[in-house]
Amino acid sequence: MQLLEGEREEILACVKEVLGNNSIERENLIPILQKVQHRLGYLPALAMEKIAEGVGVPEVDVYGLATFYNQFRLNPPGKHQVKVCLGTACYMVGGDITLESFERRMEIKEGETTSDRRYSLERVACVGCCSLAPVVVVDEQVEGKVTPTRVDGIMLALEEDGDQSGSSSGEADSETGEAGTNGNS
Amino acid sequence: MSNQVTLTINDREIKAGKGNKLLWVALENDIYIPHLCAIKEEPRPNASCRLCFVEIEGRDKPVTSCSTEVEEGMVVKTRSERVDRLVKTGFELLLSDHNLDCRNCPANRSCSLQVIAKKCGLKLRHQRFTPIERDYELDDSPAEFALDRSRCVRCGQCVWADRNEAKAGVLGFKNRGIDRIVTSFNDQPLADLGCNSCAHCVDACPVGALYYKQKA
Repeated sequence: MQLLEGEREEILACVKEVLGNNSIERENLIPILQKVQHRLGYLPALAMEKIAEGVGVPEVDVYGLATFYNQFRLNPPGKHQVKVCLGTACYMVGGDITLESFERRMEIKEGETTSDRRYSLERVACVGCCSLAPVVVVDEQVEGKVTPTRVDGIMLALEEDGDQSGSSSGEADSETGEAGTNGNS
Repeated sequence: MSNQVTLTINDREIKAGKGNKLLWVALENDIYIPHLCAIKEEPRPNASCRLCFVEIEGRDKPVTSCSTEVEEGMVVKTRSERVDRLVKTGFELLLSDHNLDCRNCPANRSCSLQVIAKKCGLKLRHQRFTPIERDYELDDSPAEFALDRSRCVRCGQCVWADRNEAKAGVLGFKNRGIDRIVTSFNDQPLADLGCNSCAHCVDACPVGALYYKQKA
């Protein structure tokens, strides 16, 4: 993932601050990764390199840790975050097919972010409304019974949001409103 | 003499140094126990390959011999119905995502999996478990050797050699469970990450995952 302008400095400053001046033991790696992710939104490779350097462990160990736990993300959150539920109920009614549809439409794999950082795609385990399975959470909006056809609809709504060059709250409202209607119909 | 213990393995009386692990004591006495991940110098073994099970009299369940220290008066059986069953299942699981194209594998005839199959009477083919196919990228960036992850058994021997013999810290594991795999930082080619082609990891690999190019 290409770093944005000024992001490099932000990452370096953040890691430096989180590490502080004290020597850090290996067992503190997880809280450090959590703090860095909390502030940057994800764990860029550069941050992992600097953390490894600061803690004195091989870089690949930090990478191994960050990939071991689901709580860590290695790609930045996209402007629109799509979370596909693969809990038991959603999985049984084809949540994996829904996920695949998104992967095809976004041309990324689960856990990744498009290179323009517009979309990020994740899998989650149960959002708590299994009767609507398969469930997808688009930004904060819950979408129920998401078939591949519905995936096209969701993507269309998200794409339109961009065409109107909208980052204003009004745009976002109309988008969620529309999505909500579709979800209930 | 207090540093010595006497134990019985497969009805044979054996003397061993206190603190030694059962697996290595047995192997030194020509008693075979299948194993992949065990490292003799490692004080706390991973015990992750699940192949070195033995029965110890007085214990409810078979234990991994690589992580069990010998004790005075221990009575050990290296084979039993329960042990064989555990080993068979462990072995089949290892094979379930293993590239079983032995004929074209550089480790053919020197592969630990083949040794285990032969010694334990197991078959080198997919049986109960549906084979998992993955498209790992071949990393042939180092000058002398290459890494083919489709043959990796996740034993961790290369990672240990990389840390303790080569002192490089280039290899490690990523992901969890069934997706766990040997890799480098950010999955970069090994040669880009300060790998100096010392090939300690290749010598440590019990299968054909890390191999010398000229042999392939």
